[in-house]
Amino acid sequence: MNETKDVVVIGGGPGGYAAAFLAASYGFRTTLVDMRSTPGGVCLHCGCIPSKALLHAAKLLTDAREAMEIGIDFGQPRVEIDKIRLWKERVVSQLTTGLSQQCLRRGVTFIQGQATFLGSNQIAILKPDGQQSELLFDHCILATGSRPTPLPGIPLQSPRVMDSTAALAFEQIPERLLVVGGGVIGLELGSVYATFGSRVTIVEMSPTLLPGADRDLVRVVAKRLEKLTESIRLESKVTALVERADGLLATLENSAGQAEELHFDRVLVAIGRLPNSENLGLEKTRVRLERGLVQVDRAMRTADPAILAIGDVVGGPMLAHKAAHEARIAVEVLAGKKAQFDPRAIPVVAFTDPEVAWAGLTETEAKKQGIPVKAVRFPWGASGRAHTLGQVDGSTKLIVDPETERVLGIGMTGPGAGEMISEGVLALEMGATVRDLAETIHPHPTLSETVMEAAEVFFGHSVHYFTPRQNR
Amino acid sequence: MRRPFKLPELGDNIEGVEIIAVLVAAGEKVAAGRSLLEVVTDKAVFEIPADEEMIVTEILVRSGDRVGVGESLFIVSPTAADTPPATESAIAVVTTESAPPLPSESAATVPVVEPPTAATGLPKGVLVPAAPSVRREARALGVPIEQVPGTGPQGRISIDDVRQFVKQRNLASPERPGNTQPASPEGPAIPSQVALPDFTRWGKVSREKMGPLRRATAHHLAATWSTLPQVTQFDQADITPLELVRKRLTAHVEKAGGGKLSLTAILLKIVAGALKAFPTFNASLDLRTDELILKQYVHIGVAVDTPEGLIVPVVRDVDHKNITQLAIDLATLTQKARTRKLMPEEMSGGCFTLSNLGTVGGVGFTPIVRHPEVAILGVARSGIEARFAEGAFQPRLMLPLSLSYDHRVVDGADGARFLRWICEVLEEPMRIALEG
Repeated sequence: MNETKDVVVIGGGPGGYAAAFLAASYGFRTTLVDMRSTPGGVCLHCGCIPSKALLHAAKLLTDAREAMEIGIDFGQPRVEIDKIRLWKERVVSQLTTGLSQQCLRRGVTFIQGQATFLGSNQIAILKPDGQQSELLFDHCILATGSRPTPLPGIPLQSPRVMDSTAALAFEQIPERLLVVGGGVIGLELGSVYATFGSRVTIVEMSPTLLPGADRDLVRVVAKRLEKLTESIRLESKVTALVERADGLLATLENSAGQAEELHFDRVLVAIGRLPNSENLGLEKTRVRLERGLVQVDRAMRTADPAILAIGDVVGGPMLAHKAAHEARIAVEVLAGKKAQFDPRAIPVVAFTDPEVAWAGLTETEAKKQGIPVKAVRFPWGASGRAHTLGQVDGSTKLIVDPETERVLGIGMTGPGAGEMISEGVLALEMGATVRDLAETIHPHPTLSETVMEAAEVFFGHSVHYFTPRQNR
Repeated sequence: MRRPFKLPELGDNIEGVEIIAVLVAAGEKVAAGRSLLEVVTDKAVFEIPADEEMIVTEILVRSGDRVGVGESLFIVSPTAADTPPATESAIAVVTTESAPPLPSESAATVPVVEPPTAATGLPKGVLVPAAPSVRREARALGVPIEQVPGTGPQGRISIDDVRQFVKQRNLASPERPGNTQPASPEGPAIPSQVALPDFTRWGKVSREKMGPLRRATAHHLAATWSTLPQVTQFDQADITPLELVRKRLTAHVEKAGGGKLSLTAILLKIVAGALKAFPTFNASLDLRTDELILKQYVHIGVAVDTPEGLIVPVVRDVDHKNITQLAIDLATLTQKARTRKLMPEEMSGGCFTLSNLGTVGGVGFTPIVRHPEVAILGVARSGIEARFAEGAFQPRLMLPLSLSYDHRVVDGADGARFLRWICEVLEEPMRIALEG
């Protein structure tokens, strides 16, 4: 009865390959088109995965150094950048080759090439060897992702100016590195280079690092970064960048308008990402763009009935896990199900040292929207496990509706925060109350106990953290 | 302040509409009262007007979408100067239902587009507590999760709450036949159809899509026909004297602003009297409680032939109005029906229906009862007939009438008495004043 329909997925990132695999498992004849030779997109090739590999290497170095304090001396570590790079590339290629094999196994046709729309139901694919082919389809899922935003107003083209992709190539450790942008990517890569010996300066336009996260959580990582880097300049920007024979001369300007010229060997620009919606021939379809973002509804449908879109190219938080979730929705919608993008929370994790993770409502956002909340914190100084790990400056906090006692948001900073945040996301999705978290037995001794103890703080009865009872 | 423009309450038992056409473009400034959408319910096609002067910033629906009362249709902003910059993304909790698989050939669809998501990617404000599995179930049943009362701790909504909500909604809606099926967002099931032969074997054919109103009528009538045992009776009334009075007084009514003094207006008054005299005809049957619901009011529907199809506006409180007033009401409603300006509340709440095909012609017909009403009066074309009276054949103007009724509520003899009562009053118009 149900005739097989052709689905083309453009873009092989974590949204695109997920969409292709799911579409195949729903019985669609599926083709995945990507410019790279293997699926994986930015996430696997030059984003999440290689950056986490490098962060792991950096963490080993930090741990080895800090081991001295507890009586283990490894001596001066010998760092072989080339070997680290090869290891990182091996990690990436293992994962991307795995995806290629998955395509074969699942019957997804993978085509390397650049796709351009010829109409609402047809694309042309320009292959690397110059050959062009055309493909007809019933439905297309657009998952072309995003790319790093270049520094506005500074047209300098130089190998010394890196975006995140170039920084992840990890070719050399510059002596002096300027990181423009104090968001997740800037801080992650900045701390990798700083750990491997670069003297790093971080410039951020807003008054806080990691804009979007609550300040009390950021403070912990900022304190550590201040020690690790040369300087962190908030409410500042780069107004000029000139190439000299021996490096780059950057003019930094703070909010008071004071300018300062500083020398760097390299500059890493990590100020955001732009959707890849140009040069796709979208004008030949009915897809609508707004400020470069493909406009979709909650069912991931664009204005063109044949085309759906997911991931960074539709905007919102540009995160791999958001894209993968949207992929599932898009395919279910194609399969006739009433799926919708309707999450209660999209977690964000900065894999800094220590990690910062948050989901749902933040205290800052609640204040901005005028939502009455009670924020409760459990400092990791009161956690036995944190002490045994030598990491006592972490913190776990819950944002709670004082009326219904529902958990509206969760945030944490400390090692493993990126793993532990999922418990909070589940609580948010399930509409859990703070009582539910307090009365869920957490294993001892673990850092996850801090979630339970933060919930206990709400009721003023935390075992390990005494709060004088004021409000309750 | 940007705000969502939601589907307003449209009258009793109307839970949602299907959108036929979006009549505005994104970014368009509209005056108060300007039509924004053309929509259809199972009763009629009508338009949704703007409640104030506004700018339509986003369109959240497209033609073919079914939306429920209270669901967002547009994001609108006031025309005043205090409009916030566009960067502040105000996101409404939009519960646009996801459509079935997208037909790639579907034409002229208006984009369903949501405002660009904020940095968090989430709607603003506090969201109702319901697990993803529960929200999925609600979507599958076509229930806006925000409307479901949660019975869990602090109002948490469970799957049972969603199912209970659907059950309650169905019980509260007597128009839905069966009352046992969960509300299908796709509307009532299409009556099963015996496989059709290939007509092209015998000659050329063309296919034409049924309009939404025709489709709604088809489904409603199929449901009524298959569940309601009905009987039709016929009678005739000698309206020779009535016709003389009607012609004489029509100018009088016209002067009062009521258009012509039509037979329909007079019949409305007579039927109101008959409904008072025979209360079981002004009733509805509740099979779940084995009760007859007797109505203490008299609202009568009048079938109107329009280019889009049959529409039945309802004349309110017929028993409290004189015939001139009824003629005025009738003219207004008919005009509105033909220009698609009728609002749903002007088509609901009828106790009985009058269907006058006299101006079109015909000897007689069997009208179909409009559930949950129990009877309908059909009027065919009057004509001069020879009647034997006072020892000779005389030319009399005879009006053929037919009465269909729900045989579960009305017995044959009562049906005959009801129709006879109407005929007798028609023949002796003075009785309108005596008994009306």
